[in-house]
Amino acid sequence: MDAPIRAREALGFILFSLLFSICRSSSLNHLLISNAERRIDLSSHIVKVYLTLKVENAGSTPTSEVFLSFPPTQVDHLATVEALVTKGKRKKTTLVRLDVKPTELPDAPNDAKYFTIYLANPLKSGESTTLEVLYLLTHSQEPFPAEIAQSESQLVYYRDSALILSPYHIKQQTTFIKTPSTKVESFTRVEPSNRAGTEIKYGPYEDHPPYSFSPILIHFENNSPFAVVEELVREVEISHWGNLQVTEQYTLVHAGARHKGVFSRVDFQSRPTLNGASSLRYLLARLPPRVHSVYYRDEIGNISSSHLRTDSRKSELEIEPRYPLFGGWKATFVIGYGLPLQDFLFETSDDRRYLNFTFGCPLLETVVDKLTVKVVLPEGSKDPSAVVPFPVEQHLETKYSYLDVVGRTVVVMEKKNLVPTHNSHFQVYYTFKPIFMLAEPLMLASAFFLFFVACVAYLHIDLSIRK
Amino acid sequence: MAAPETSTAAVPTLYTNNTLRNAFGGVLSFFILLLIGVMAFSIRLFSVIKYESVIHEFDPYFNYRVTQFLAKNGIYEFWNWFDDRTWYPLGRVIGGTVYPGLTLTAGTIWWLLNSLNIPLSVETVCVFTAPIFSAFASWATYLLTKEVKGTGAGLTAAALLAMVPSYISRSVAGSYDNEAVAIFALIFTFYLYIKTLNTGSLFYATLNSISYFYMVCSWGGYTFIINLIPMHVLLCIVTGRFSSRLYIAYAPLVVLGTLLAALVPVVGFNAVMTSEHFASFLVFIIIHVVAFVYYIKGILSPKMFKVAVTLVVSVGLAVCCAVIAVLIALVASSPTKGWSGRSLSLLDPTYASKYIPIIASVSEHQPPTWPSYFMDINVLAFLVPAGIIACFLPLSDASSFVVLYIATSVYFSGVMVRLMLVLAPAACITSGIALSQAFDVFTGSIKFQLSGASSNTEVDAAETSSSTAESQTDAVKTEKPEETAKNRPSRKSKKKEREHGEKPSTKAKAEKKRLLALPLESSVISLLLLVLLGAFYVVHCVWAAAEAYSAPSIVLTSRSHDGLHVFDDFREAYAWLRHNTDVDDKVASWWDYGYQTTAMANRTVIVDNNTWNNTHIATVGTAMSSPERAAWEIFHSLDVKYVLVVFGGLVGYPSDDINKFLWMVRIGGGVFPHIKEPDYLRDGQYRIDSQATPTMLNCLMYKLSYYRFVETDGKGFDRVRQTEIGKKYFKLTHFEEAFTTHHWMVRIYKLKPPKNRIRGKTKKSKSKTSSTTSSPKRGGTKKKNPWQ
Repeated sequence: MDAPIRAREALGFILFSLLFSICRSSSLNHLLISNAERRIDLSSHIVKVYLTLKVENAGSTPTSEVFLSFPPTQVDHLATVEALVTKGKRKKTTLVRLDVKPTELPDAPNDAKYFTIYLANPLKSGESTTLEVLYLLTHSQEPFPAEIAQSESQLVYYRDSALILSPYHIKQQTTFIKTPSTKVESFTRVEPSNRAGTEIKYGPYEDHPPYSFSPILIHFENNSPFAVVEELVREVEISHWGNLQVTEQYTLVHAGARHKGVFSRVDFQSRPTLNGASSLRYLLARLPPRVHSVYYRDEIGNISSSHLRTDSRKSELEIEPRYPLFGGWKATFVIGYGLPLQDFLFETSDDRRYLNFTFGCPLLETVVDKLTVKVVLPEGSKDPSAVVPFPVEQHLETKYSYLDVVGRTVVVMEKKNLVPTHNSHFQVYYTFKPIFMLAEPLMLASAFFLFFVACVAYLHIDLSIRK
Repeated sequence: MAAPETSTAAVPTLYTNNTLRNAFGGVLSFFILLLIGVMAFSIRLFSVIKYESVIHEFDPYFNYRVTQFLAKNGIYEFWNWFDDRTWYPLGRVIGGTVYPGLTLTAGTIWWLLNSLNIPLSVETVCVFTAPIFSAFASWATYLLTKEVKGTGAGLTAAALLAMVPSYISRSVAGSYDNEAVAIFALIFTFYLYIKTLNTGSLFYATLNSISYFYMVCSWGGYTFIINLIPMHVLLCIVTGRFSSRLYIAYAPLVVLGTLLAALVPVVGFNAVMTSEHFASFLVFIIIHVVAFVYYIKGILSPKMFKVAVTLVVSVGLAVCCAVIAVLIALVASSPTKGWSGRSLSLLDPTYASKYIPIIASVSEHQPPTWPSYFMDINVLAFLVPAGIIACFLPLSDASSFVVLYIATSVYFSGVMVRLMLVLAPAACITSGIALSQAFDVFTGSIKFQLSGASSNTEVDAAETSSSTAESQTDAVKTEKPEETAKNRPSRKSKKKEREHGEKPSTKAKAEKKRLLALPLESSVISLLLLVLLGAFYVVHCVWAAAEAYSAPSIVLTSRSHDGLHVFDDFREAYAWLRHNTDVDDKVASWWDYGYQTTAMANRTVIVDNNTWNNTHIATVGTAMSSPERAAWEIFHSLDVKYVLVVFGGLVGYPSDDINKFLWMVRIGGGVFPHIKEPDYLRDGQYRIDSQATPTMLNCLMYKLSYYRFVETDGKGFDRVRQTEIGKKYFKLTHFEEAFTTHHWMVRIYKLKPPKNRIRGKTKKSKSKTSSTTSSPKRGGTKKKNPWQ
């Protein structure tokens, strides 16, 4: 719909950036990329881009920072950027993870956004290194047509540039785009480009100056359900009696092409592959091993369509929403489960305790727009601090649960735009004295004691005025 | 389960002269009561264990929704709540039309728990309110029966009530309905009445009024109390049992009770205006006249009294006649004689089916069948007559109340299945008395036979300990001759008297007992048979609780050779509506599903289970029984976006809309005469196969139920009606399928938007539509749709 506008924008962007790059003299210029290969995987609704850059220091000073640049439209959908560097010679190469941080550059052309990769060892003059960059884009495939009937399959647009947007000069670059099926309606040709099977190849292109951009539009069939969790609240409650209770509240939506008109159950049941091909029928959640008391329900009661498979290494919970989700349809549900505490809670050498738990959403192949993780520490715990491998918003809350007096400290962490790669571990450190575990039983015991004492007293007191 | 047996075992330990044994008996019966409470609670948890912790059926969903509102917005908002999500476009004033007792109870429990930082959800509290209150009800039964016939009978009755199937059917976990708390309130009010009657204490009389107020808050069945107690008072007066205690038991109840009842918004001035309350005021006047007569009698000499009587009677009769004439004229001037429809259908069982199809259409308003008596009260049905006889041996004020209670409730239960619930406590009390008395006799005679040769003193001890009620009733008996003329002494002095009188009377009793004693063998066998009967009752109750009454009805299960099948279609549909339609969309369905739609789908409905507006329901009924175009117009004028029908033909779910359809036709036809029931029947038979009438095959309900049904199996075989459907291939022009659940049990259709009017053609098409819709046979479009 707004494709022409975007194309025009992009055209303007190129002209501007070209102009800019000519009259620009920056410290960035002493690096150049001798070879770049990009593989874009469009098979699910999460776009995975693998970028292999061979960076060469053509300047005179050693540098340890390499910039990646993204157009502003992509940055909003950028879920994660990871960089690895290959180390060692030939046979025994190892991959080392590098720090990647978003950066603001003062003279960015046309609001381009930057990420800085911090190299472990500064790149000396004349040296080169190979960087493996992976970044994931969410909400980047736009359904077109935006509304489809039950029997139609889902077609989407994907927009990108045939040339890698980079602040550096790129000597040679190639882009491979993998589509989920061979059904590709159209794609922008930027010679040399060709299509073979499920792969579209752009390039190789030689010697493009910094900030080169050449918009491409690919229109293809993608029938994978666009499972998006609009909001997920995970509550992890620690009980030092030996249980870790996890409650996850989901607001799930099918973010693909909106369903239009009739939903016919008879068509859906009799010809499931033709009808509602892009519908979301089930989801798979990967839970930790030794999970127990799993429940799956929503605000009106239990949802009976779920299966739990457990083995010693992992547990898999297959859940079906109450109804198949077509484009634009929503569902809310809650998954809860208990876990043995000793698998997740450890003690540090300085008598602090820490919880080691996964951060992201356990559902496979889903995007989470907004995630809130709440770690409810036991009553009486002090000095909480969270260690998360990526930037999150943090604050503390107080929650009152069963018979609490002072309330439990809750560490709240919020993050937007998550993908399954965010399922890494985070730690919450706190101090806790075991004596607090006895507070509530003692309180109950004393309450009952007082009650009985009151009863005894009442039976022995004669309150009548007359004797 | 072992409670009835244990309770009787506990009885002998009571009422001994030995204080230690007495205390032991007290502790024992306390623990028995505790266990009875636990049993009453836990036998109702089958639904949670077998299914899930969820609100059941229809009305509980409304109560649940109201409780949620109360918990969220507080009590003042609750009283002022105007609900615009139901009865669109009329709305409903919830605060003023709902019995708030249940909601306030659950709301208070929730608030209390939350202020103790126990974060239970409103739903959990609502689910478990009924089991908790059934434990209370069994304790109240204990108290009531204890007042009538002593501790032994009390414990037996409490144990019987804790598991009586009739009560279980209304109070399983999740069955969050008014009856859940009302039965407790009912029994407790009766207990306090009897307690006041026995003690003459104004304290209990006040408590009684408050308990009555709680009952009024909880359930419309409070009219049963306010009619039964006056009946009993009248009975006492007529049989010459008038006493100051009776006056204290009754007069404060009427004054305070009526004042308190008028505070409940839903009752309000009905507490003095309607005929349901008339009896209480009449008896109130009578009891005052009687009290006055007794007073005059006391201060005048017999001769003067006779003169006064003739004077007063002649004047009084004239005044009374005048007053009664005015009253009759007033009452007769109202069309329903001042009675509400439901009460009238109680007095005249054929009333509802004649005049109010909406009351008759509810299955729980039908008269019960004989098997349902056996199902719901089981062996109690056989024990009740024995209990009634036991109540007459001897007849006291309290036991005459029980007899009256059982007699009236048997009648009411015969009129409406639903009122079986009122019968159940009465049956439990009388059966408890019967069982306990029988046990007394048998164990007494066994003891007597075993210790037959031993000394007299031992016999005495055995006797006094063996029968609890006996000693009490004997005491009453001994007093009776002296007290026929004058007022009986108050309870306390009576007790004292008994203590004094017991010693000399035991000798005489022993003689009498010897004559009553049964042979050893027969009493042992009878005891065994009684225990067997009790065991049979327990087995039946557990079965009923586990199998018959635990299904939540919103989720169905069926067991077949390849495992358990769950039919969760209702919630599937409601969840779909909740998440995938606009928040202000209106959903039309038959009124049965109104409460569930508002509570579970959170969408505005046209009609719901609170059937206060017959015309509105008739409009929906008319739309369902009209052809597509006319139905579309009715629904469109009501701003309806979705139409929901329940269809069981695919999986064989019998209570679907096609089976309810004749009621829609009847109710619709009652207001809009162009809908005629015979049009839908072929030779008086309701059928949907190829023999069905064209009106039937073209009505909206048929079309929405069977749309594309034939494509499932190629024949269109309806598993509920066991036939192939009549019209198999048809298209919908004004509706489109929006959603159908997995087992096709709920089908939701969307109204197609009206077609654009083409300029210039407006007039023509308008005249066309009006001519098509107002066919002369249908008798005018004006009546067809009240909202246009």
